[in-house]
Amino acid sequence: MSTVTLTVNGKPVTAEVEDRTLLVQLLRDHLGLTGTHVGCDTSQCGACIVHIDGRAVKSCTTLVGQANGANVTTIEGISKGDELHPMQAAFRDNHGLQCGYCTPGMIMSAIDIVNRHGGELDEETVRQELEGNICRCTGYHNIVKSVLDAASRMKVAQAAE
Amino acid sequence: MGVEGIGASVVRKEDRRFITGKGRYVDDIKVQGMTFAHFVRSPHAHAKVKGIDATAAKKMPGVVDVLTGQQIVDDKIGNLICGWAVHSKDGSAMKMGAWPAMAPETVRFVGQAVAVVIAETKNQARDAAEAVVVDYEELPSAHHISMAIAPGAPQLHPEAPGNIVYDWEIGDEAAVKDAFSKAANVVSFELVNNRLVPNAMEPRAALAEYNEAEEHFTLYTTSQNPHVARLVLSAFYNVAPENKLRVVAPDVGGGFGSKIFIYPEEMVALWASKKVRRPVKWTGDRNEAFLTDAHGRDHISKAEMAFDKDNKILGLRVKTHANFGAYMSLFSSSVPTYLYATLLSGQYNIPAIHAEVIGVYTNSTPVDAYRGAGRPEACYLLERLMETAARQLKVDPAELRRKNFITSFPHQTPVIMAYDVGDFGASLDAAMKAADYAGFPARKAKAKSEGKLRGMGMSCYIEACGIAPSKAVGSLGAGVGLWESAEVRVNPVGTIEILTGSHSHGQGHETTFAQLVADRLGIPISQVSIVHGDTDKVQFGMGTYGSRSAAVGMSAIFKAMEKVESKAKKIAAHLLEASEGDIVIENGEFKVTGTDKSIALPMVALAAYTAHNLPDGMEPGLKEGAFYDPTNFTFPAGSYICELEVDPGTGKTSFVNFVAVDDFGRLINPMIVEGQVHGGLVQGIGQAILEAAVYDDTGQLVTASFMDYAMPRADDVPSFKLSHTTTLCPGNPLGVKGCGEAGAIGASAAVINAITDAIGNNKLEMPATPDRVWHAIPGNA
Ligand code: FES
Ligand code: FES
Repeated sequence: MSTVTLTVNGKPVTAEVEDRTLLVQLLRDHLGLTGTHVGCDTSQCGACIVHIDGRAVKSCTTLVGQANGANVTTIEGISKGDELHPMQAAFRDNHGLQCGYCTPGMIMSAIDIVNRHGGELDEETVRQELEGNICRCTGYHNIVKSVLDAASRMKVAQAAE
Repeated sequence: MGVEGIGASVVRKEDRRFITGKGRYVDDIKVQGMTFAHFVRSPHAHAKVKGIDATAAKKMPGVVDVLTGQQIVDDKIGNLICGWAVHSKDGSAMKMGAWPAMAPETVRFVGQAVAVVIAETKNQARDAAEAVVVDYEELPSAHHISMAIAPGAPQLHPEAPGNIVYDWEIGDEAAVKDAFSKAANVVSFELVNNRLVPNAMEPRAALAEYNEAEEHFTLYTTSQNPHVARLVLSAFYNVAPENKLRVVAPDVGGGFGSKIFIYPEEMVALWASKKVRRPVKWTGDRNEAFLTDAHGRDHISKAEMAFDKDNKILGLRVKTHANFGAYMSLFSSSVPTYLYATLLSGQYNIPAIHAEVIGVYTNSTPVDAYRGAGRPEACYLLERLMETAARQLKVDPAELRRKNFITSFPHQTPVIMAYDVGDFGASLDAAMKAADYAGFPARKAKAKSEGKLRGMGMSCYIEACGIAPSKAVGSLGAGVGLWESAEVRVNPVGTIEILTGSHSHGQGHETTFAQLVADRLGIPISQVSIVHGDTDKVQFGMGTYGSRSAAVGMSAIFKAMEKVESKAKKIAAHLLEASEGDIVIENGEFKVTGTDKSIALPMVALAAYTAHNLPDGMEPGLKEGAFYDPTNFTFPAGSYICELEVDPGTGKTSFVNFVAVDDFGRLINPMIVEGQVHGGLVQGIGQAILEAAVYDDTGQLVTASFMDYAMPRADDVPSFKLSHTTTLCPGNPLGVKGCGEAGAIGASAAVINAITDAIGNNKLEMPATPDRVWHAIPGNA
């Protein structure tokens, strides 16, 4: 057992966990943040993606110890109160989700994609960048649309800041 | 009526919880005192279980108990059932082998459960499962159809000699023989329909709670049809009587058919919760999903089509072997028969059809309905056959199809189905226009000059949805009726709850169903809530599969709404001192036509519940229910055209354009309908170029993870050009046909027809991986 201390969605968290505990287990089972999902056991599907210090990471393949001292953001932590993050709004407005199971990972991954590309995105880049996120429902068409839409919304928001 | 009514692309009501991480899936639910289950599974494709030693496992930290297959048998828990009785052509019943929830004596596929560990934590259960020692005596196995039907093949079940479940037929063999004797040309073809793994992104899960004092069970489970689950668990498995069993299917992360069935794990969790007197949760991992979720497809077929000298089809003869895996899953028997062979007429006028289907047991995961269920197999066979015929007869593939289209309705096919309405020419025309069919030869030539092989392929599909008239399916052997129920509750303040037996696991019912109510009453969808997925709340329902929620589920809501409106109009007329016939409903108000007198819905609702001033003899309250039994299947149809390029150096396929034109009848929410098509198309494309469940010689599933099974990813597939043609379905009050499966049914043939066109070789099987395509390019070895 080890003690870990990290920040999750802006709140300090200290937990006593088995050394083999994965970040996704801490989030879901200990902290009740069940928005982060598990869709596979081989680090392939991206349902579990969260941000660690601002970068998209698969929490199913991260030991809690590796996130010790880090700043973790999950799907529950990206909206400002009732105001959705532009990526969340774009997924809703473009019907970028159906069953919703892949969606939190998709959104977290997509925010990172837009951040890294500075809003300069085209369809091909989005498709390549989403390679680590599997969705069985949407056929990706509307997910790609959502990400492109959000990229321009985020650009506008940044310009306004 | 209104911006949120029928035909409006309203943004989904359910989305907010999913995009903020507040969805509630089974694994998200925690209850006090919960334990965790982990199954001990067979590593062998076929073996005798000679003994199970759990002594060491039981001593491990946190272990509550280890339960085995023998204990299930001793507790008289029933075997898993197949709910559709199909008879062989000699009249004999299908040959069913027994399928206990955990194997007491013999395992017949890799992954079959033999025991389960219940422990305080997930990790402890997993650790202890490793310590359970099972003594197996390996037996020879046969995982492939050809192995199972070979002389001297290992026998899976004593009940099924030769591993044959049934040898079924449909159509008129003599008429087909006669047609072929008159043929000017015969086109024949052999093909494989590859085995697929459904892979809904949420793995199956179950959380079972037993309340000792009440002798009552609650099961939270990943189900497309919680009421059917309760019925089967009660009536056949003897777990608990229906009134002592509540089944809840909360948010469910995709189904595609795989969550219709009641699986061993859910049964065991329920049974174990009483055994250990603690709630038991089981959440499958992806590897377990690959090994135990019912697979799809897996046919080997021979087909022959006879043409007259004018290229009109005279007859079709099909012989198909269907792989059922090691056991008959819940609806498996109906898939390669009544959902497959009955669609072999496609969009064409075929005077004579005969199909023979042989169902085969093999040492592999059970096979059942997967998105499309039988209809993709029929469409793939027929549309590849049509393309092959066009090439062989040297005619334009669109012209050959058009020449043979059914153009007058209703049309009775020789294989049961009576098509009610359609306009196949219209969707083909629209697709050819959108795909710039006429400009293709020039594009092909240009691609050639750039060293690329360009191809175009089409597929004109028809499917039978809205499953299905209860009497008809009953006469064909179904163990259930396939109606749907609905209840409309108008609350005293005028808000509305719709209780439905349909279940949404991505389809957006909370929005679409509310749109129907909004349309009829002229109120915003925010005032309408949809309640589903809980047997304690909704009285009964058959669930969601076979693209039935709009055609059957919404028709039930429509009927219940009519009853509610009729009563509300009587109340309004009474309060307004008008005659009932003069009352119309507009913008949430009941108005007396031709006057300015009106009363708002909340006032009518309140009057119904205060009951101070109702018409004489009227019962208080404003709540009505209805059951709707469809009068026929519905027949969505359409044309898909795919244009792609093959790199001759690598065999890699790149999509250039994908056009889909569908006729789904009336669209309630076009945005949601298009989303359904996108998803279906990618599953069809996945089957065509990427996906296959592959077993090795010893019956090990070698594609049992996302590392090994090629799921379509964003960079594998194109964006789509969708449009619609419309003929309204006359069989239901809304004129809807269903849209959930079309893409998966029509896409694979279009893709393979395009690749074979590009490479100039018709011999190519799915999945058309770069390796296979490269080898199929003439001149390459
Ligand atoms: S659950 Fe983490 S990648 Fe699949
Ligand atoms: S929305 Fe269901 S898996 Fe993506």
